[in-house]
Amino acid sequence: MSIIEIDNVSMRFNLSKERHESFKEYFLALAKGHLQFDEFYALKNVNLRVEPGDFYGLIGLNGSGKSTLLKVISGVYKPTTGTVKVNGTIAPLIELGAGFDMDLTARENIYLNGTVLGFTPKYIDSKFDEIVEFSELRDFLDVPLKNYSSGMVARIAFAIATITKPDILIADEILSVGDFLFQKKCEERMQHLMSGGTTVILVSHSIEQIERMCNKVAWLEHGQIKMDGDTETVCAAYKKTTK
Amino acid sequence: MASLKQSWKDFWRYRYLLQNLITRDFKLKYRRSVLGVAWSVLNPLLMCLVMYAIFTSIFAGMRGQNIDNFAVFLLVGQLLFNFFRESTTMAMESVLKNAPLLRKVYIPKYIFPLEKVCFGLVNCLFSFVALVLVMLITRTPLHLSFILCVYPLATLFFFCLGIGLFLSATYVFFRDVMHMWEVFCTALTYASAIFYDPEQMTGIVYHLIHLNPLYWYITAFRSCVLWGQGLTGLMVLVCGGCAVFSMAVGIFFFKRNQDRFVLYM
Repeated sequence: MSIIEIDNVSMRFNLSKERHESFKEYFLALAKGHLQFDEFYALKNVNLRVEPGDFYGLIGLNGSGKSTLLKVISGVYKPTTGTVKVNGTIAPLIELGAGFDMDLTARENIYLNGTVLGFTPKYIDSKFDEIVEFSELRDFLDVPLKNYSSGMVARIAFAIATITKPDILIADEILSVGDFLFQKKCEERMQHLMSGGTTVILVSHSIEQIERMCNKVAWLEHGQIKMDGDTETVCAAYKKTTK
Repeated sequence: MASLKQSWKDFWRYRYLLQNLITRDFKLKYRRSVLGVAWSVLNPLLMCLVMYAIFTSIFAGMRGQNIDNFAVFLLVGQLLFNFFRESTTMAMESVLKNAPLLRKVYIPKYIFPLEKVCFGLVNCLFSFVALVLVMLITRTPLHLSFILCVYPLATLFFFCLGIGLFLSATYVFFRDVMHMWEVFCTALTYASAIFYDPEQMTGIVYHLIHLNPLYWYITAFRSCVLWGQGLTGLMVLVCGGCAVFSMAVGIFFFKRNQDRFVLYM
């Protein structure tokens, strides 16, 4: 059984030419018959099967629908048509630190973000030291997050999101933050999770990284899957067109 | 039935998030203030002192002759109305304010309005310390019926939650709602019998006040705490009925529109 089944998924956005943010504007436009939208398909009839244990890479140019696909999988977007079936728990690493409150300290944020991801406080208690250890920020625990650098925020966020062994890890270009030492550490952590049976979906613009880490790759173009299959074939074809 | 069970499971999984968000709000509210939490008692106390001064001097004639203990009378009205206004206003903005989060992680969206109404209730409970203080100072006799005040308070909570859900969903699509709600709340202040005796009114004003659910919540609460008369059947019916109706409309409207939220944030 596939761990993620994406069947015929389309995601439509209404790009309203003018945004109607007030009643007056809205009804005026409605009365004049101007209430029209440019329809835009961020995803069009996408089919994808991810098997347990896969390390799936998503590649494509900016605006090809990679992030939208990740958000559909993680349940942030509900697809306009089609179905998504996910058989397992998801740890989303889409733009790290989404659940952070910059006015709170790192310590308080670890608990807040942990519960955003659905962990219990007890569980976070037991993993607290591990998180701090991994992020190497013990000296800054009681400093409000607004005083952190973006790399430091990313460290904490990555550490929290990966303390559990999720069935599926979704990572959107997160590895581009942090210095090279930390990037290496993150890669190791993801490899480690994989050896424990976690399925990973990774978006990256670094084709070298994809080639190094993934066993399967899907190539998105204008919201459609242009090609998917094993890493070598897809990456070779992708590199050919971009050259 | 299955979907109800699923919703409950969903909610149960995120109960700690709810708890954490409330703690965060509470911490941030009083961070860097010298008196800290003491403000949640001082604030309503001082506010009511101002109102008390005004309505016993400048507008002394307005409140009617039949209020024995005006201080407690006023404080009850003020605290409950503040709970209503605060929680609904905060709930209204909550979904949109958390747009950055909702765009990235899956969280049940109703968590945010729910959290704000809970936070409002926590604030309200803290401010009851002020009420107890004033009751002690004015030597208000304590009747056993005061336990019953839990009923109007609990039903008011659900009344606020229903309205909060409705407003937060509307606010995602139309930002005008905030301004309208502000004006509406101000108008409602005068129609909720906070600082005058509603029984002295006649004609259409009398009927208008009795159509206002908040009048019922406040009066029921006063009846339990201040007058020692407990609840009448009509009070139980109106308070409960308004809560159920508000929740039904709120949940229906929120559920229908929540999948479209992310597209408008």
